[in-house]
Amino acid sequence: MADLNDQAIFEKVRSIIVEQLGVEENAVALETSFEAMNADSLDIVELIMALEETFGIEIPDEAAEKLLTVGTAVEYIKANS
Amino acid sequence: MLPESKQRVVITGLGVLSPVGIGKEAYWKALLRGQSGIDRLTRFDSSLYDSKIAGEVKDFVPEQFLDRKEIRRTDRFAQFGVAAAKLAVGDAALELGEEDPENIGVVIGSGIGGIETLCEQHSVLLNKGPNRISPFFIPMIISNMAAGQIAICLGPKGPNFTVVTACASGANAIGEAYLMLRRGAAEVILAGGTETPIVPVAMAGFCSMKAMSTSNDEPQRASRPFDKNRDGFVISEGAGVLVLETLGHASARGARVYGEVAGYGCTADGYHISAPEPEGTEAARAIRIALEDAGISPDRVDYINAHGTSTELNDKIETMAIKKVFGDHAYKVPVSSIKSMIGHSLGAAGALEAIACALSVSTDWVPPTINYEQPDPECDLDYVPNQARQCPVRVAVSNSFGFGGHNAVLVIKKFEG
Repeated sequence: MADLNDQAIFEKVRSIIVEQLGVEENAVALETSFEAMNADSLDIVELIMALEETFGIEIPDEAAEKLLTVGTAVEYIKANS
Repeated sequence: MLPESKQRVVITGLGVLSPVGIGKEAYWKALLRGQSGIDRLTRFDSSLYDSKIAGEVKDFVPEQFLDRKEIRRTDRFAQFGVAAAKLAVGDAALELGEEDPENIGVVIGSGIGGIETLCEQHSVLLNKGPNRISPFFIPMIISNMAAGQIAICLGPKGPNFTVVTACASGANAIGEAYLMLRRGAAEVILAGGTETPIVPVAMAGFCSMKAMSTSNDEPQRASRPFDKNRDGFVISEGAGVLVLETLGHASARGARVYGEVAGYGCTADGYHISAPEPEGTEAARAIRIALEDAGISPDRVDYINAHGTSTELNDKIETMAIKKVFGDHAYKVPVSSIKSMIGHSLGAAGALEAIACALSVSTDWVPPTINYEQPDPECDLDYVPNQARQCPVRVAVSNSFGFGGHNAVLVIKKFEG
């Protein structure tokens, strides 16, 4: 996955969010927070799991707690894949 | 047995998801036509299973009842429950926004709960390990979640719980709701049952019990309650929810009334995990208790909606139980099993059958037992063979019996002011 650029990572993350949180694609931007998309704690767990699986990475709980926006998730994936 | 109470309980709304249709109009029309909803099983590849037929709810579109996010976090059985509740509330013209949510309860039966999700997630556990189990797994499978989700979607804040008595769950749920309304614990209760058991492991389990019909070549003729050549039940899925109200509440809002829940009896066989007690003693006693509760003598019953599963034992022993209670009148009262058309939806069955009784007392029509061809000397009552019948129905009795020896009986009578 190391060859994925920012845009490709963002698009993958966005498609997971759209699927799991039931939001529209145009409501998902880098600065959008998961809270603003009405994600509850179980949604976040499921989302992290999907990101781990999609990008072949491990996201420890301490790191997951800091991923509050789409952008921070994209940055984390970029730095760790 | 019951505390004295002045509250009468009436049925004002009906919500149905069944193999013969969604919504009470489609359901009742199909039942009176004698239409079968049984077909080749399509929800998974059943080629290795002894029974390859089922009553599936084919046109269910969850998006019509739930938003995308709710759909992802609910098992099919809870989706069915929410859908049936919404249909029932709509049918009752009950404006939930204008009601006090604390006065509205929800009691929904389910025999098994979210077994489809259980199977999917167990595969995940085996294939991907424990760290890949969905955080929604537990809330999706627990049997109470249909009742919980109905309150989440519709807002009622009154008594809310689930009854689990296998194939009697739906009837017990309605009975318990009726008791709560009588004693003033709520003004309105959405009561019924939901079940979606057409998944490989459940199917395999019932096949292993040799409880299911293997008449795979003629799906629509496979469920044949009381017929001499019956060879087991046909599994099906569905949900039924009734809006039950105290008469005072229904009158105050000018609600249309289908009928009155007049009596409820429940007993236990205390005999065997799956087989009914051979004399039908406790099943008969449940019928008697329900009639006494209603203050109605057995000879005044106009219709019996039988449990009638199409298994060798149930149909024979249920017939014995009916004779014990009704004596000579047993041979005069029409007895029918709509499982001949919709199959056996386990925890939903009692609710779907109570809905049929409500429609019987409100329309004076009795649905038939289809596929009745060869009389069985041990089943010698009037099973309303193959053709619906128009006749006065003032009092209907609905029998439900569940694995574990649970007997639940409801008396539903015509509403007469």
